[in-house]
Amino acid sequence: MSIQAPPRPAAPPLSNSNSNSLTANQLPLWAPKATVAGAIVLVAGLHFVIGMGLVGAVLIGWLAAIVALPLWSLLVEGSRKATDRLAGVLIASAFALALIPLVSIVWKVLDEGASALSAEFFTFSMRNVLGDGGGIYHALVGTLLITFGASVISIPIGLFTSIYLVEYGQDNRLARWITFLVDVMTGIPSIVAGLFAYALFAVFFGPGVRMGLGGSVALSVLMIPVVVRSCEEMIKLVPNELREASYALGVPKWRTILKIVLPTALAGIVTGVTLAIARVIGETAPLLLIAGSTASVNFNMFGGRMQTLPVFAFSQQSSPGAFPDAALERAWGAALVLMLIVMVLNLIARIISFLFSPKGE
Amino acid sequence: MAKSIDVSDLDIYYGDFLAVQNVTIPIAARSVTAFIGPSGCGKSTFLRSLNRMHEVIPGARVEGKVLIDGQDLYGADVDPVAVRRQIGMVFQRPNPFPTMSISDNVLAGQKLNSKRMKKADADELVERSLLRANLWNEVKDRLGKPGSSLSGGQQQRLCIARAIAVQPEVLLMDEPCSALDPISTSAIEDLIHELKEDYTIVIVTHNMQQAARVSEDTAFFNLAGVGEPGHLIERGKTSKIFSNPDDPATEAYIQGRFG
Repeated sequence: MSIQAPPRPAAPPLSNSNSNSLTANQLPLWAPKATVAGAIVLVAGLHFVIGMGLVGAVLIGWLAAIVALPLWSLLVEGSRKATDRLAGVLIASAFALALIPLVSIVWKVLDEGASALSAEFFTFSMRNVLGDGGGIYHALVGTLLITFGASVISIPIGLFTSIYLVEYGQDNRLARWITFLVDVMTGIPSIVAGLFAYALFAVFFGPGVRMGLGGSVALSVLMIPVVVRSCEEMIKLVPNELREASYALGVPKWRTILKIVLPTALAGIVTGVTLAIARVIGETAPLLLIAGSTASVNFNMFGGRMQTLPVFAFSQQSSPGAFPDAALERAWGAALVLMLIVMVLNLIARIISFLFSPKGE
Repeated sequence: MAKSIDVSDLDIYYGDFLAVQNVTIPIAARSVTAFIGPSGCGKSTFLRSLNRMHEVIPGARVEGKVLIDGQDLYGADVDPVAVRRQIGMVFQRPNPFPTMSISDNVLAGQKLNSKRMKKADADELVERSLLRANLWNEVKDRLGKPGSSLSGGQQQRLCIARAIAVQPEVLLMDEPCSALDPISTSAIEDLIHELKEDYTIVIVTHNMQQAARVSEDTAFFNLAGVGEPGHLIERGKTSKIFSNPDDPATEAYIQGRFG
């Protein structure tokens, strides 16, 4: 007797809807925001309800968020998108981490220093002042004079060096040596620059010399490499066809550089120079060594100690005298003013860059 | 005004590399001469040697003679800057100075050389040059606008106006229309037609039809192979070169069998 095998069920039709489909499951658009909101709720709950410390609560909330969103995405969207979400969350976290010190510094300086600002603060020096009162007039004058002196030294040297490197150097031996030495100079610690200035001036004026001009020399050692590097990049960006157009008109090379190349690169050069100034204006160590610290205003760059804002902040904090609270408040005020000067310089750089950049197109 | 150029036995070197070999060609005054040939054959290099522009590249030098109305451009005491004031150049891509206005661009040849001009003279020169370059009507209301705010064809005509404002003897044009659309190209070809009454014009072009349209004399350059120097294969009246050239290589190029 033959046994018939039970009929096999028909094979299901090959489904190709998923492999050819252009659509895929997606998280709703509000998913990242919902995750962050949920994390914040978690942090609030941990901190206020359970009484956990804020830092711990934030850490747990952050961990929850960076696990929850990629996991949610893995369940709904698939592993590729989940990896993308994970990378996005980690990058955002890194950015937030980098922002924390910046925001906290700006906030702290504003908070502590704002109360020190007053008309008296800007117009009085510390001469004959013991406790309250006094101001940064002498430090402000000193910073402006010394930085101006450093700019007068550094900008011509830096600009002409970069012009040589781009227009005349053409990778010859001298140009390569200059580039190497400039790179070395960018790494010089600021106190070494100060020691150099001090040693130089001590040769001529004897030990114990203190001079505003020395401060300018020390700052220009730090400023020149920054100016050279940024001007070099800006001049290189001027397209060669502009130089050729000028040569073809019968214009000599130096005139081409002066009237075509530099004006075209002007916006970038000004920005680079302003950023170089902003970099050196807050240097404390070299100025402490060579410009010294004093309570009176001094307009003479060649004679004696000159106070500067960063050194003032340092001296008020480190040797406050009999009235530490007032001194500390003044130190914060000086730091705030320094920060405001740098901000104003950056704004000026942007405005000049906008005004002078080639228009059209 | 316009002068003639006589080139004899010119070799052009970049360092040790011989780029163009043994070129002898007369270029007639007040006419248009076209240089044609495949890419890399040395026609642009040769053009640039006519106003010593190739010297901008370090290590470039020539051997041989280039005479303009009998005076050797490569003589011992000849100043390349003075040469370029007499022999102007228009480049492939329009390059107006971006920091200058339209009228300042036209006057650039004078201003950059610190030639003092009264305002009336300067305005008159701007108008005359722009009229000559067929650009005056389009820009006369916005002479103060920056030079880079014009279209490509207008920018190239501005560069031509700038070149003729210094009143050179010879005008060299290195593929002036290759970056432009057909309408701007035809405007510039008409312009070349008018300019040749006052200037000697030498034009390098990839476009054979353009060479046939604008020039009276044509010179065909070619390379023996990659890395070989370029040579002048044949030169003559445009009508002859394009209808029955002597050299088979010229004929092959004209017929489009290589390029």
